[in-house]
Amino acid sequence: MSDKATSVKKKDMTKVVGKPDSMNDTHFSYCPGCHHGIINRLIGEAIDELGIQEETIGTAPVGCSVFLYKWFDIDVVQPPHGRVSAVATGIKRARPDKTVFAYQGDGDFASIGTNNSVHAANRGENITVFFINNTLYGMTGGEMAPTTLIGQKTTTTPGGRKAKDFGYPIKMSEMLARLDGPTYITRQAVYDVPRIKSAKEAIVKGFRNQIEGKGYSLIEILSACPINWGLDPVEAVERIKDEVEAVYPLGDIIDRG
Amino acid sequence: MLRGQVDVDRERCKGCGLCINACPKDVLDFSGEFNSDGYNYVEFADPDDCVGCGFCGIVCPDMALTVYRFEEEGVA
Repeated sequence: MSDKATSVKKKDMTKVVGKPDSMNDTHFSYCPGCHHGIINRLIGEAIDELGIQEETIGTAPVGCSVFLYKWFDIDVVQPPHGRVSAVATGIKRARPDKTVFAYQGDGDFASIGTNNSVHAANRGENITVFFINNTLYGMTGGEMAPTTLIGQKTTTTPGGRKAKDFGYPIKMSEMLARLDGPTYITRQAVYDVPRIKSAKEAIVKGFRNQIEGKGYSLIEILSACPINWGLDPVEAVERIKDEVEAVYPLGDIIDRG
Repeated sequence: MLRGQVDVDRERCKGCGLCINACPKDVLDFSGEFNSDGYNYVEFADPDDCVGCGFCGIVCPDMALTVYRFEEEGVA
């Protein structure tokens, strides 16, 4: 398939993009078109660029990204559901010389683990938190999450989410930004190349804040779940642009670094 | 002249098509063949037009694409 390109004489062949060194060859178990894989790779690229593979410890949620320990060639702890920010706190306090990140979905961060998430932020723990928001529970079959949009159909809201019955989409990043503890809170997306580059910069900044001892960084990233949204991967990208971003606008919310 | 090469890991590819959608030069296409997981993987169908921008690999959710860029000699 690429025989023709490889046969031409070439010099200075440079790798533009591919698997980061801090990641394993194990295939992702994510569904086709899921944005988790893009975000995982960006974190791997950031770890490579900062040269922190040997001192980074990840904490993984219960959810589709539960197998981070298979995919990253770093140490990963997989705590009980929702306790990721709390366990990351413990690791960081016991080993302040390590770079510790929490990777959490919206079910984990904004529902089951809200208590842990809020207090880690309020304490201004010196950790980096990645909060992946796909507006529902992905792994268990697409149930409503606190982040589900009004009118969005899920397996537990077949008629669409109604505010009267289920409340409103919870805006964790805006909520936590009202606290005095956090240093950096931003919302990003990874549905096209400019957004992916911006998300990568935010991820690197989150790690740098921790390395420089500046405190708590939260990088929320809007993610597509084509399977549970009932859309193909390209349509799912359009849904983020048209619907999800209207409720969860992109950009830095606080930057006190 | 700046050229590119896309190596497709057929077993990693899940045929989501995000790379085909992102490519500004339309050099990628579905192969019409299936890997061991049953996915219709993508192929580097039109190498002559590739400029190695890397957009396909950047949007790929499965690290299935490795993109290289090189200078081709003797071509204006």
